Amino acid sequence: MAEPMRIRAQLKDGVTEVHVLMPHPMETGFRKDDAGRPISAHYITDVQISLEGRTVLSATLSRAVSQDPLLYFRIKGGSVNQTLRVDWIDTRGERRTDDTKIF
Amino acid sequence: MCAWFEPPRDGRADAGPPARTRREALRFMGAALLASGMFPWMGARAAENDARAFGAGSFEDALNALGAALDPSPKVRLTVPDFVENGAAVPVEVTSEVAGSQTIFVFSEANPFPLVARFFVPEGTDPYVSTRIKVAGSCNIYALVQADGRFFSAVKSTTVTVGGCGNG
Repeated sequence: MAEPMRIRAQLKDGVTEVHVLMPHPMETGFRKDDAGRPISAHYITDVQISLEGRTVLSATLSRAVSQDPLLYFRIKGGSVNQTLRVDWIDTRGERRTDDTKIF
Repeated sequence: MCAWFEPPRDGRADAGPPARTRREALRFMGAALLASGMFPWMGARAAENDARAFGAGSFEDALNALGAALDPSPKVRLTVPDFVENGAAVPVEVTSEVAGSQTIFVFSEANPFPLVARFFVPEGTDPYVSTRIKVAGSCNIYALVQADGRFFSAVKSTTVTVGGCGNG
């Protein structure tokens, strides 16, 4: 099971600023381990972010997104204590969902 | 060539780039179809085009798969450092002032698969995104914004300095 995400959603001047960090190896499938064996590809492909059930950003990632993907974006509006939820799924079909409240 | 982009040297890789690209595309399509089952907002057709664009082995092929062409616009702003030490984590920021911006694409021209990421920006979210990407070597980074079926682009070159290829 992947580590929990770190999510921060802060309301500032009527705009909610969202930072998401998703711990994940994001293996390209092009690397080799110390013994020279190929390391198989393993990366997040889809990310869905919603605010109180309404989609506010959805992303399709490739292997070329850096390890532990970081996303920063801004939502117009939002209010304190609303729930922001982040879902991802990777190439092995593993998923993770975490949420946070706007502060 | 960065370690994380070292091409596979197993027997199958000898079939050459087209076969590898096709295999990658098929593998991605599998993942996309799986995702479309679990993420119902993705249609099957969209998943297929995605698979082709993300599996494309050149920037031109990726654009073709999306049905896009470059149309440089000052309304698309792309921020990438001029020089980066570590190609494994290059900060990229895209801002669009195009009315009705719906989708933001990021490409790294030198990568084996140039399409790096795509972001759907629904109404109510700023057409802006910031993330970190892997860049295989000094090259052009492109941002493409789709708005009402039209595409607008921005380009910025970045230089990956010697010794900057982290193994992660």
